[in-house]
Amino acid sequence: MAEALVTSAAKVVMSVRGLRAGYGGASVLKSVNLDVREKTVTAIIGPSGCGKSTLIRCLNRMHEAVPGATCEGEILLGGRDALALDPVLLRREVGMVFQRPNPFPTMSIAQNAAAGLVLNGARDRAALAEAVEKSLRRAALWDEVKDKLDAPGASLSGGQQQRLCIARALAVEPRVLLLDEPCSALDPIATARIEELLLEIKDQLTVVIVTHNMQQAARVSEYTAFMLLGEMVEYGETRRLFTKPADKRTEDYITGRFG
Amino acid sequence: MTMKRHFDADLDDLRGRLLRMGSLCEEMVHYAVKVVVERDDGHLAAVEEWERQVNAMHIEIDDVCLRLLALRQPAAGDLRLIAAALKINSDLERVADQAVNVAETGVYLCREPQIKLGDIPRMVEVAAGMLKDALDAFARGDVELAREVIKRDDEEDRLKSQTFNELVHLMQRDASAIQRGMDIILIARNLERIADHATNIAEDVIFMALGKDIRHSAEKI
Repeated sequence: MAEALVTSAAKVVMSVRGLRAGYGGASVLKSVNLDVREKTVTAIIGPSGCGKSTLIRCLNRMHEAVPGATCEGEILLGGRDALALDPVLLRREVGMVFQRPNPFPTMSIAQNAAAGLVLNGARDRAALAEAVEKSLRRAALWDEVKDKLDAPGASLSGGQQQRLCIARALAVEPRVLLLDEPCSALDPIATARIEELLLEIKDQLTVVIVTHNMQQAARVSEYTAFMLLGEMVEYGETRRLFTKPADKRTEDYITGRFG
Repeated sequence: MTMKRHFDADLDDLRGRLLRMGSLCEEMVHYAVKVVVERDDGHLAAVEEWERQVNAMHIEIDDVCLRLLALRQPAAGDLRLIAAALKINSDLERVADQAVNVAETGVYLCREPQIKLGDIPRMVEVAAGMLKDALDAFARGDVELAREVIKRDDEEDRLKSQTFNELVHLMQRDASAIQRGMDIILIARNLERIADHATNIAEDVIFMALGKDIRHSAEKI
């Protein structure tokens, strides 16, 4: 069994060093470090309020959009300073899917899938149609919607809407996909589909998923980060962390002893 | 802050079941050996009755483990305890089988003229002591005691070889002792197996406590 916290030699695609973040003077993240490895799924777990959502919202600069939010430290994307990049360009490389499916309500399924590309200036209808099909296939939604691409995105079931949001995020070919509790509003079947989808797409891009569901973290991720009170308590291979956690606080949390 | 969970009561119950099964196995070994050493075949019935109880517990404990795995989806120390319990359960069931073998062979020997037992009494002491300590180590999660048990297995192996040699010489000199000599060799083998199962249990205790798999490792301790 691996003793080192992280043993893989996989390339680091996002590197976080000494990240501190908060809202209006209240500190949420206290000097967090994290190396996200390329083409893997990394799960971030921890109790409510531990800072896991704030962390991934920092990764694509959504956090700073909140009035009064502060963020300092270092975030590198493929060696570039993510905090110095244009946020719009950064988000093209680091996409995000939220807890509640949020397809654009006035747009059709196809328009939703193409939204990111159109926003980035794509106009060629044939190329867009091709990109829509490709992203809907990657999001394992194509077979269910191919005959009703013009129907409103909001007419789909919750699980389908979430996959549509994933398709929308995938359409711009991001390097990293962030998911903030993407299954918490979904039933077990829809959840299982999203999990299968994550296992499918991780060969092509890097996934970081925040989840309250520890079994989900165990099922889908290769690496797990456990956060508590704004600190990164333990980060390592999922199979080790769930069988032999190094920190007593991790053990207490994953075994449900944490009160 | 650490919270007391209902699951802890389930795990305590599992531990308790294994320890009850373990103490029955200890009794079985104790009385099976009496058949051989004291030439008292009256203990066979009790050993056989306990074996039935151990067999029933074997199935029950497997059921409990599977239920806890399915319903609680345990992780970390909880998962290691249940994984260890499944293995210890099988080892104990095998110990009970070995005890029955010893008692049955002993009953045959009771009807024959007495023969030298070689190092059997010492083998009994070592194997029974290892089993008791392995179970104590499990009950307390005592890694040091578990390591101590593992070290003692070499002594049992040495005693078994010594007993084999002694009885082979005896059988070479006296052909009328061949059947009884073979039986003593079988008993030595059963005792050595009991010590091996105790060693397995001790290894499982170390895995359970530390998450460290030391099986088949040159560096046992």
